[in-house]
Formats: sequence, structure tokens, C-alpha cells
Amino acid sequence: MTRISVSVDGTEAVDEIEPRTLLVQYLREQRGRTGTPVGCDTSNCGACTVLVDGRAVKSCALLAVQADGAEVTTIQGLANGELHPMQKAFHEHHALQCGYCTPGMIMAAVDLVGEVADPSEQQVREGLEGNLCRCTGYQNIVAAVRDAAAEMRGAS
Amino acid sequence: MIPVAFEYTRPSTVEDAVAVLAADPDAKVLAGGQSLLPVLRLRLAAPSTLVDLRDVESLHGVRVADGELVIGAMTTHAEILHDRRVAEHAPLIAAATATVGDRQVRHLGTFGGSLSHADPAGDLPAVALALSATMVAVGPGGRREIPAADFFVDYLTTALAPDEILAEVRVPDTAGWGYRYEKFSRMAQAWAVVAVAALVRRADGGVADTRVALTSMASRPVRATAVEQALTGTDGDSGAITAAAGHADEGTEPPDDVNGAADYRAHLARVLTRRALTAAAGA
Amino acid sequence: MSTTQEQEVGAARRRKEDAHLITGQTTWTDNIQLPGTVHAALLRSPMAHARIRVDVSAARDEPGVVAAYSGADLADELAGLPSAWQVTPDWVAPEHKPLAVDEARYAGDAIAVVVADTRAHAVDALDAIEVDYEPLPVVLDMEQAMADGSPLVHTDAGTNVCFRYADTFGDLDAAFADAPVRIRRRFVQQRLVACAMEPRSVLVAPVPAAGEYTVWSSTQIPHFVRLFLAMLSGVPESRIRVIAPDVGGGFGSKLDIYAEELLAFTLAKKLGRPVKWTETRSEAFQATVHGRDQIQDLELAADADGRIRGLRVDLLADMGAYLQLLTPAIPLLGRAMFPGIYKMDAYRFGCVGVFTDKTPTDAYRGAGRPEATFAIERMLDELAAELHVDPLEMRRRNWIGHEEFPYTQIAGLTYDSGNYEAATARATELFDYDGLRAEQARRREEHDPVQLGIGVSTYTEMCGLAPSRWLGERGYAGGGWEAATVRVLPTGKVEAVIGTSPHGQGHVTTFSQLVADTLGVPFDDVEVIHGDTAAAPAGLDTYGSRSLAVGGVAVWRAAQRVLGKAKTLAAHLLEVSEDDLEFSGGNFAVRGTPGAAKSIQEVAFAAFAAHSMPDGMEPTLSADFVLEPDDFSFPHGTHLCAVEVDTETGRVEIRSYVAVDDVGKVVNPMIVEGQVHGGLAQGIAQALHEVARYDADGNLTTGTMVDYTPPTAADLPSFVLDRTETPSTTNPLGVKGVGEAGTIASTPAVVNAVVDALRPFGVVDVPMPCTPENVWRALHEAQGGAA
Repeated sequence: MTRISVSVDGTEAVDEIEPRTLLVQYLREQRGRTGTPVGCDTSNCGACTVLVDGRAVKSCALLAVQADGAEVTTIQGLANGELHPMQKAFHEHHALQCGYCTPGMIMAAVDLVGEVADPSEQQVREGLEGNLCRCTGYQNIVAAVRDAAAEMRGAS
Repeated sequence: MIPVAFEYTRPSTVEDAVAVLAADPDAKVLAGGQSLLPVLRLRLAAPSTLVDLRDVESLHGVRVADGELVIGAMTTHAEILHDRRVAEHAPLIAAATATVGDRQVRHLGTFGGSLSHADPAGDLPAVALALSATMVAVGPGGRREIPAADFFVDYLTTALAPDEILAEVRVPDTAGWGYRYEKFSRMAQAWAVVAVAALVRRADGGVADTRVALTSMASRPVRATAVEQALTGTDGDSGAITAAAGHADEGTEPPDDVNGAADYRAHLARVLTRRALTAAAGA
Repeated sequence: MSTTQEQEVGAARRRKEDAHLITGQTTWTDNIQLPGTVHAALLRSPMAHARIRVDVSAARDEPGVVAAYSGADLADELAGLPSAWQVTPDWVAPEHKPLAVDEARYAGDAIAVVVADTRAHAVDALDAIEVDYEPLPVVLDMEQAMADGSPLVHTDAGTNVCFRYADTFGDLDAAFADAPVRIRRRFVQQRLVACAMEPRSVLVAPVPAAGEYTVWSSTQIPHFVRLFLAMLSGVPESRIRVIAPDVGGGFGSKLDIYAEELLAFTLAKKLGRPVKWTETRSEAFQATVHGRDQIQDLELAADADGRIRGLRVDLLADMGAYLQLLTPAIPLLGRAMFPGIYKMDAYRFGCVGVFTDKTPTDAYRGAGRPEATFAIERMLDELAAELHVDPLEMRRRNWIGHEEFPYTQIAGLTYDSGNYEAATARATELFDYDGLRAEQARRREEHDPVQLGIGVSTYTEMCGLAPSRWLGERGYAGGGWEAATVRVLPTGKVEAVIGTSPHGQGHVTTFSQLVADTLGVPFDDVEVIHGDTAAAPAGLDTYGSRSLAVGGVAVWRAAQRVLGKAKTLAAHLLEVSEDDLEFSGGNFAVRGTPGAAKSIQEVAFAAFAAHSMPDGMEPTLSADFVLEPDDFSFPHGTHLCAVEVDTETGRVEIRSYVAVDDVGKVVNPMIVEGQVHGGLAQGIAQALHEVARYDADGNLTTGTMVDYTPPTAADLPSFVLDRTETPSTTNPLGVKGVGEAGTIASTPAVVNAVVDALRPFGVVDVPMPCTPENVWRALHEAQGGAA
């Protein structure tokens, strides 16, 4: 077992884990942050995307020990009293159906907009290539991300 | 799925890392883990120990030394994409890196990790080959330099000894060269069916030097030397490029797999080489 | 008194479902953590066909292991899995044990199970199981499977043929004799994988002393899971509660009774502890049913002007190694849809179901209808090309005119309503059909390496599964009704209990709109309860684009009943005759007497208090309705697709895509558009990207998301959507289904476009998926290259 210290959605904790524990397993099983789901085992689907020290990563492609000392933000820590503009935009634009890809999609989109403040449709489509959705055909996701980007530009 | 259990260590010096590898032949280096983690999860590999190089400061970062670009093995793809020295001295690397994996993968995946993984479908091995980069390895016996041409040995196999670590990569300056990374994949996220890394240096109106390397055309990345020879010395017009690109599949042994049949890959190599050279030669 | 409501039906209400999904406050089955839970992991055969001897004893000694069993260990305790649709009297339905006992019949067939304290320990212990595999001959190709001397998937059956089915309508010989035009084609509907984003998961929690079980499962059909777990285990149905919590997509793949559900149930019963199993994606590719997989031999006879005389359809349908819940019925759901929207004199449909050593097939979005629609829409384009007629014009010459509805087509289905002319006119306008045809001509003339192709698909589909009598006549064991309860609580809030089981569709929002309008209550005052057999005990669940057309109508009927009762009670309370009451905006007002009124909320409280009820009226304001649908309804539409094909690499890019759908009356246009978007994406994925491919040994070579290549955002275009609205006449709401329409329509539109681009090169077909390589090869072969 290895000891790690990780801040998850603003809460610090020190835990003993097996080194083979994936970050997403740690979040779900030890920290109870089940808002982040697992959709594949080859790190293609992106459903498990979280922010580690502010950058989007696939939490199934990272060992929990690798996140030692890091700050992790999951979909459950994104809203700060009120919904994040990205969450609002997903709701407003009907950018989700079953919702399984949504946590990862939103976290990846937040990361994208952090880097590209005013992304074109093509930039959004390519920027989210690491996140699969099987329900929406992506059209409303693209609209939501661009709309949230506009809102976030206005807010800053 | 869950990996087979392993030990984990996070040394802070290359020497300590090498010592672990030397003591345990079943230990494996964890660089960014973006190729390794899926392999472990599918239980296609079961190392005894993972040696995480994250804390080895000397392996991180980009610098320019002796007219060469030096990229630390643990530099992430995202860092390379945002590095102006890479953009200036080896823009081909930046162009290819932008197509590696996806955003999330680029945040964690490393330059050295991609090269050491030596997937013939990977983007960066072919680029390193085209650039005639030099791999600097560190082992129990110290440092040694391995030319890219000798580094990629076979499918997922490099010239690194089991107790050696790729520390950094030295890349000759190609500022001013025309370049193109022409990648063809079935889908945004998929492996390249074939990709072409091309560099062209023009002088006095003609083509003074040509470098072409191909992914997915053999069990390791390959240089298309026949193409290079055919184009160098010409005036680099579209006729010369088309003629040269016709040699792209010469001497290759493209795989036959779910991503593409061998004959299709051979065809694609010619088409994509023409397109890459057209862009690189500014024709 | 409540205020007057806006009209809810027709409004793009944002979804009630979203709040917990966008914040991660979800209840996916795998999220549920119960004290004392043990975790199951399955060992699956790596060989496509092998005799097996399995010894799990060493696994029992591994850390954390609670139990381990082979198929032989549990052979007496585990019943075979059900197949509920006997398509012919003499079908072959081999036993299908949840764990294979002595033979594994596809790569991925489960052969042993380990139960341990953690998932990791369970997976680790699989390595300790000893298995002797004695390889048996493998058969993967349907035509080989039918040949004499073929290896048999099920030796005892003596054949690989599951069933043979045929129907003929009209005088086929007359239609084909002397026909000036006869076109024959073979199309292959490749095998697909649904890839719902949430892998399957099941958790079974027993109360041993009471003999009670709660089952959470990522399923489309909690009511069927309950029924079959009871029938297969012998536990009284009344002691089993099945919950489909948040379910992350299904697309037909969770319309099944799976080995792991019965296994987890059986293990929970044996061990007296909660047992959980969650599929990995790699397992999902092998062990969750696949879709499609048909070989279609088609022949069409027409007059010289293109009028269709007859159509002959012969299918081979791959069952895979076993029959799952509806496996043999899937190709037959397409039986009546091959004629599409066209009139013809005669039609023959034949289908042979064939076993192979592959993952079982079953429903995948559209289930039989996409295959049929693809065939007829491709044939219409081939006919148009043969006669040098514009493909839209060819359709006009053959389709059912809007004045001809209701129209009983050649296979006996009565199409309720439609207006193909209107949808097509709107689509061509949005698409700039003439402009694109001109550009196509120009590119052809200029020998542009990037050619333009235009594809047409004018589809209809039967949705709203289904009149129970119709199902019964065709060998299905169950019915097609749907149940609903609507109750107004004492506080005036409303609960609608529904028998459908949404997993992304948005029933909570849509049904809230229906109920809010009917009862004149605020949208936010309606709660929709579903997916739990304890809370919603009656229902037939969600599939076949039935939820609104059957379930929605049931909810509306129940609300109407509530309204009727409320009106009677309101009249009683106001001491007037019902005829004197006017209902509007949630209020019963006495005509001509201002101020004399009762709101439905007041009536609900009065019904709860029950101090003063009319003679014979039961207290509380609640009503049930079980709706038996009169008939199917038939949405339709015109889809137009323009593709650019790089003739050097074979890459296809969708340049524009216009879909004009007619799904009857629309309750929530935002949700309808979302359904179309997603349907288009999956249909396009079949046309261009996806295939489940096996190697010669029967290994799935496209068994990960990397190799199977579901499209990403970067691989799809933006779609242009519009609607025409021709109300259904088979239900009082005038609604039709929309869940499958996009998938059904888009595949032929795209492939027609690809073939259209390449016709000048002599290409008459490109096998799906039209990957760059397949396109390049088709071009290469058409030009005489030996590919």
C-alpha cells in the first residue's frame, strides 16, 4: 500500500491505496465521488475526464499515486454555489441525453475553453475528440460549448 | 479492468531510476502512462514495479544547446505544443504533436514516452526519424547516444537496454526548412493508417535536402530514402514531387490489420507523400 | 386557484432529467455501494468454439475470494436464458446457460465466475482457474454454416439453421415475368456494436430471511427482468423488485435478459449477500449483444418508366451462437418494411436465421427496419441510375400519394398517414438540391479528384411496438400494451407513474408536459416515476420507438380519467351539474357564475379528505390506464446527404445533411431534434465507420473503442433539420415515434451519396462501412485493378 495525499473538489485527504488503483477507482470507491463514471478500458471514451491541477486528464489513464499532491476537480466540484456556465449551457442546449458521457464532456470542454476562449465549431469538435457520446450526435454539445465560452468571456 | 498488482516507486534522479531497473528486469518505466495504462488495464503486461519518472527534474523541459534543440524525455506533448523553441527550431515536431491522441492524452503523455513505446503507428517516432534526432540514453554504464535510425528496432521495441532510460532527445535545427506532417486516420482519434513526416530544404531554387519518414509501413518507422534521393537535386516542382512520391512504398513491409490492408497502405503512402512534399516544398 | 398555463405540448421545455446528470449526482448501477457487497468477475472463453473442462478450485484459495463456480458447478441451479419470440413452429432454440457447461461457442462466452470481497480480487483470481480447451471447428460465415458438412455450432441441433421463414404477397411470377427492368443486388448489413456509453452493470441485494431481492440493473426492461428472474429462479415475482436507476443509453443492447443478471441473482441467493457485477468495455464488445449482420439478396422488377412491379428479398440473418431475448425476430421486424413507401404489385420476403460461433445478435436501434430501409432505398437509387432518372423523380413515380392514406401496402401494413411530397419538397429546398447537382456535374467534367455525391432516402418505419394481437400472431410470448397511473396528491402535486423505462430519452420531461396540459397544472408540479417495479409495477418498458406513441398515450388517458373524476367531484362540491362546468387552466368554473370555481388542487384535497364525496366515488384522485395500441404509427421523412469523396484516398466527408422528418404531433421539439441528431450519428456510423470484424479463428478484432471507431465530434457534421407534421390517426395524440427514425433513414442516404459520387467510375456499390479503404478498393476494382 502507498500513502497519497490528494485534494478532491476542495477536500484534502490522506489515504492508503494499492499502487495499481486508478485515479478514477480511487475517486469512486474511496472518496465516494461517483459522479465520474468509467466508460471504457482503453482510455478512449473520456467519460472519466477530471481536472488534475487544472488540466483535463482521463482519470482511468492515471494511477491514483500519480495524483499524489495534486488538486483534483471532478464534475461534482465544478459548481461553485451555482452551476458553472458549462453546466448551464449543456442543460440549455439539450447537450445530453443519457448523461453518461456528460461529466467527462463538461470537464474536457471547461479545459478547452480555458485554452481557447472563443473556439470555432471546428475547434470544439477537434478539442473534444477524446470524448465519445453515443446519444446526441454532438451537435448540441458543440453549441453548448460555444455558448458557454461566450458566457465565460463575458464574465471575465 | 484492473491491472495486475505491482510496486510503485518515484525516484528523483535518473541514477536511482536506473538502479531500480537494473535490479529488477520486470520493472518498467512509467513516463506519461498514456499507452502503458491501457496495456496494464487489459492485462497485456504485468510489470513487477513501475518506476515513475515524474519527479526526475532533469528529464523535464526544452532547451537549445550547441545549435540543437534538446527535449527532455518527460516533457509532455502539451508543453511541447506551447513551447516557442520547438515551434522555431523544429516546427515539424509541433505539427505532429498536435495530432497525438487527444487533449487529455497530450496533457499527460510525454515525448520520451511516445518514442520509447516505439509504436510504428505512433506519430513521433517517424518525426524523430525524419529529423535525424539523436536519442540520449542513460544506463548503469552512463550515457550513450543512439541515432534515431538505430533506435527503433521493431514493433514496440527500441535499442534501449532493459536498464536504460531515454533521458533526452537532441534535434538538429530545421528552422527554415519546409515541413509537413500528413496524417491519414480513419477517425479523429484513431491511429494513423499511414502518416508522412516530410522536410524539404530549398536552396538556390532547387531542393537541397529532403527527409521523408513513414508510419505504419513496417514494424518500425521507416525513412523513404528512394523518395529523398529522387527529389533532392530537382527543382521541386509538382512533376518532380509526383515522380519522387511514387517511390514512397519502396522497400516497405506494411502491415495488414484492422486499420488497413498492406496494398492500401502502399497506395496511401504514395499519395500522402506527394501531398506532404507538395506542402513542404512549397510547390 | 392556479393561474392559466401556457400550452406545454409543443414547447421546447428544458429537461428535468438534466439537473443531476450535469452535476454528477447520478445513480448509475455501479455507483451504488451497499455494505457487505461482493463482486463477481467472469472468465470468458478466448476461443470461439471449444470443449471445456473448468477447474475453479485453485481460485477459491486466492485472496478475498468468497466463491468460485464453473458452468458445470452451477448447471443444475442455473436455468437457460430465455428467447421470447418463437418465429416459426419448428425453430431451433438451443439451451443457453449463463455459464457454458461443456462447450464454449463464441469468444467471450462466459465459462466461470469468481466472487470476491473486491473487484480487484475477483479479477485477480480468474487467473487461478484452470481450463482445458479442446478446440472445435469454428464456423463464422453464414453461407458456409448452411453448407453440407459444415461444423455445427450446436452439435445436438444437427443444423446451423435456426429457422426458415417466407411470405409472398401478390403474384410474384407475374410481376417479374417480362419485366423490362430487373435489378439484382447483394447488400451486406455489417455486424454492429451498440456501444451504449454506460457498460452493463447489475447489483442484487437479498434479504435472506424474507426471501426478498432487490435488483439494480442497467437495463431498458426492468419489468421483463423481474418477470424472467422469477420464472428462471423460482423466486416468487412478488418478492423481486427490479430497479433500472440512471441508465446510460441502450439502443436495444439493454433490451435483453443477460447471463450476468441471472448469475448475480443466483449468487446473491446462494451467498446471502449483495452481489455486484460491472462489465468492462472490452467485455461489452464480446458479451453484450451485437446488431444487424444480414446478407440481403434483392431483386426488383420494374416497368420501363421505373414503376415498381415486384420485389424479392432473401435474407440470411446471423443469430450468433445463441438466441437472446428477441434474436430471431429482429430480421423479421423488417419483413413488412422492405417495400418502404412504395406501391408495388407483388413482394416476397424470405429469411433464414443461421447460427455461427459469434456473439449473439439482437436489437440495435431500428432492429430490422434499418436493414429493410437500406435495401429498398439503395434499390431505388439503382433503379434510377439504370433508367437515367433523377433519384427523387424515381421515388415520386412510386411512392404513395398523400391523398391515398390510410394505405394498406403490399405486405399488409396499413400506413396511417403521411405526406411524402411535402417532406421531400421541404428537404430539397433546404438542401439546394439543384445547386449541388450543378456542382456535381462541374466536378465530374473537370475530373476533380474530389467528387461530389448526393444521396436520397425517403423512408418510413413502423413504430409503437405493438398491438398485442399482432405480436401474438407472430409468435411473441408477451404483449405490447403500456400502463400508466396519474394521481393528484393532497397538496396538488401530481405523480405520473409510467411503465416505460427511459434511459436518456427524456420521458420525465415529455410526459410532464402531457400531464401538465391535461390537468392544467404547472409543468414543475408533475413528477414522473419510472424504472422501479415497486413504484411502477406494470409496464412493458422502452424500445421500438414506442414510449410516446404507446406509453405517452397511456399517461394521457390516465390523466383524462383523473380529470373526469375531478370534474365529477368538482360538480358535487360546487353543487352544480357537470355540464355546467368549464375546465380551463386547472380550474373547474361554473359557467355564468363568476367566482364559483374549484381548482384541481382543491378538488384533489377534497378527494383526499373525502368528507364529501358523490355516492360511490372512491376517495383520492388517482387513475390507472392500460393502453392497448390500435395499430402502429408510421413516421416518415426525406433525408438528403451530400458527400465529398477523395478519389485518391477514398475518404468520404459529409458536406451537408438535411433531414426533414414527419413524426406526427410533437410534444417537445427540442427532444425530438436531439433524438434525430443521435439517430443520424448512429446511422452515419454504420454507413461510414463501424463494423464488428472477426478473424478466421473467431476473435473479434474490433473489440475496443480504438478499433471499432465510434465517431467523435470531429467525425460528424452539423445537421440541418426540419419537420412536417402529419398527425397519426392510430392514437388520439396524433404522435409517432422518433427514437429510431434518424438511424433508419441516414444509412442509405449516406451510402447512396457515396455511390452517386463514384458512378462515373463504374462503381455500383461500396460495401459498408464505406471506410476510405473500402471506397478506394471499390474504385480500384471498378477501374479494373486487381485489388
